[in-house]
Amino acid sequence: MKKLKILNIKKVKNLATERSVKLSEKTLDQTEKANGFLTEVGDLSLFIKQIARETFSRNFEFKEFLRQCYEIGNKSLPLIIITGTIMGLVLTIQSRPAMAKFGAVTMLPGMVAVSLIREIGPIITALICAGKIGSGMGAELGSMKVTEQIDAMEVSATNPIRFLVVTRVLAATLMLPILVLFADAFGFLGSWIGVNIKGDVSLVLYIYQAFGSIDFLDFFPALIKTFLFGAVIGIVGCYKGFTAGRGTESVGKAANAAVVLSSLLIIIVDMIAVQITDMLL
Amino acid sequence: MKNSQEASLENISKEKATAEILIEIKNLKKSFGRLEVLKDISLKLHNGENLVVLGKSGSGKSVLIKCIVRLLNPDGGKIKLLNKNVETLRGKKLNELRKKIGFLFQSGALYDSMTVKQNLEFPLRRIKRNLNEQEIDKKVKEVLENVGLADVLDKMPSQLSGGMRKRISLARSIILDPVIMLYDEPTTGLDPVTSDEISELINSVQEKYKTSSIIITHDIACVRITADHIIMLHEGYIYAEGKLSEFEKSDDPLVMSFFK
Repeated sequence: MKKLKILNIKKVKNLATERSVKLSEKTLDQTEKANGFLTEVGDLSLFIKQIARETFSRNFEFKEFLRQCYEIGNKSLPLIIITGTIMGLVLTIQSRPAMAKFGAVTMLPGMVAVSLIREIGPIITALICAGKIGSGMGAELGSMKVTEQIDAMEVSATNPIRFLVVTRVLAATLMLPILVLFADAFGFLGSWIGVNIKGDVSLVLYIYQAFGSIDFLDFFPALIKTFLFGAVIGIVGCYKGFTAGRGTESVGKAANAAVVLSSLLIIIVDMIAVQITDMLL
Repeated sequence: MKNSQEASLENISKEKATAEILIEIKNLKKSFGRLEVLKDISLKLHNGENLVVLGKSGSGKSVLIKCIVRLLNPDGGKIKLLNKNVETLRGKKLNELRKKIGFLFQSGALYDSMTVKQNLEFPLRRIKRNLNEQEIDKKVKEVLENVGLADVLDKMPSQLSGGMRKRISLARSIILDPVIMLYDEPTTGLDPVTSDEISELINSVQEKYKTSSIIITHDIACVRITADHIIMLHEGYIYAEGKLSEFEKSDDPLVMSFFK
């Protein structure tokens, strides 16, 4: 009888211990996750600080900056042209029935122009570039990290942030607004084609109607936010590549994380920019 | 092993009493999370010496030389490099010191987006800014000839064989005329013939450029060609230290497992 009692007590004790162990493991796990998130935020802040410092330092890598502008700008242009044209065409075709209901088909070019310039052009271009440029930066710098090329640069007394990161971030920041302008322009072309599917409007008249509906205050805030989108893509892409792990698997993870995080941040920045514009104008 | 080790240490210290010490490491410690990789490492690199650091994979050999150039920050201990405490240096001062060190990475670490010529010019254009185009071209040709490759200037790293990549990487490391060379597994992944060629090249670089070297390896053929002095790492500590002949004569099972 005594032995049994001892066993029962032991069993109760074990259950209690197991429960507390499980609880403590869960707490530790949660703490580790929270710690990981805060570490990531801290690391990203330090990374941005380093970029800011190196941007204004001497010996700017101008040649590499131009190469990155070419890589980011020129090589993304065909994709942006195709997407912009289709965007304008689809937007026009989809909006036409609703506009026709109110007898406002003549306002179609103006409506499409405002939508393209203010929101659709910048956000779609930024999301496409997050996929193309952000993933490219994450994968390229990630593989450079894995193959010790970044270490080699550091050992040869060259600052890898200045050479690899500053040039990419600045190129993305400057090229994105230009790509958005192309997307908008070809969006107008697509829209003009869309209008002419069921109507007959000359290109000159279409442009006159489109530009008659927009003014500088539609254009300027949209332009400012495209610079921010470019900076977000550059910073996140480079950060994810720079902090990639050691194995080849981490290259894929870095590219993927660069796209996911920069897309999310672009949408958040857009929301904040829209709120600020709405308050100011 | 310990008695012979102590005896050999005495001889070595007598021989080198007058030699200049280029690297002095005392009680170096480095951990990654809970994994203690280096527990207590102390060593010296003398002028003109080829010091081979031997050990199994994962024994912390690469971590050791990465701590020397501060690619990794040590957790404890002191590293004196060319009479300067590495752990206290930051920014420009650290870079000034790094200019005097050549580092050959295990993978070669050639920049894939650049041609061989651009790879070799990369440190020159950023460190020796006073050189003109002719001087840069001359220096590039000189180092390429010294590593036995002259006709690959416009090739991309992806077009080179493993041995050629190592040679180009070595050429890039010596282009700034370093005082110390650090080799991280220079012969890994190469066939025996190419491995021997690279090992001979290490000796020839030492002669031509008057460098002192730390060579991380577990390739005994490379040890036999290059080593003046050997240190064996095991479980985060220095397990044995001495000359090649002493290691070859040792009856210690761990040492024998390398030299049999």
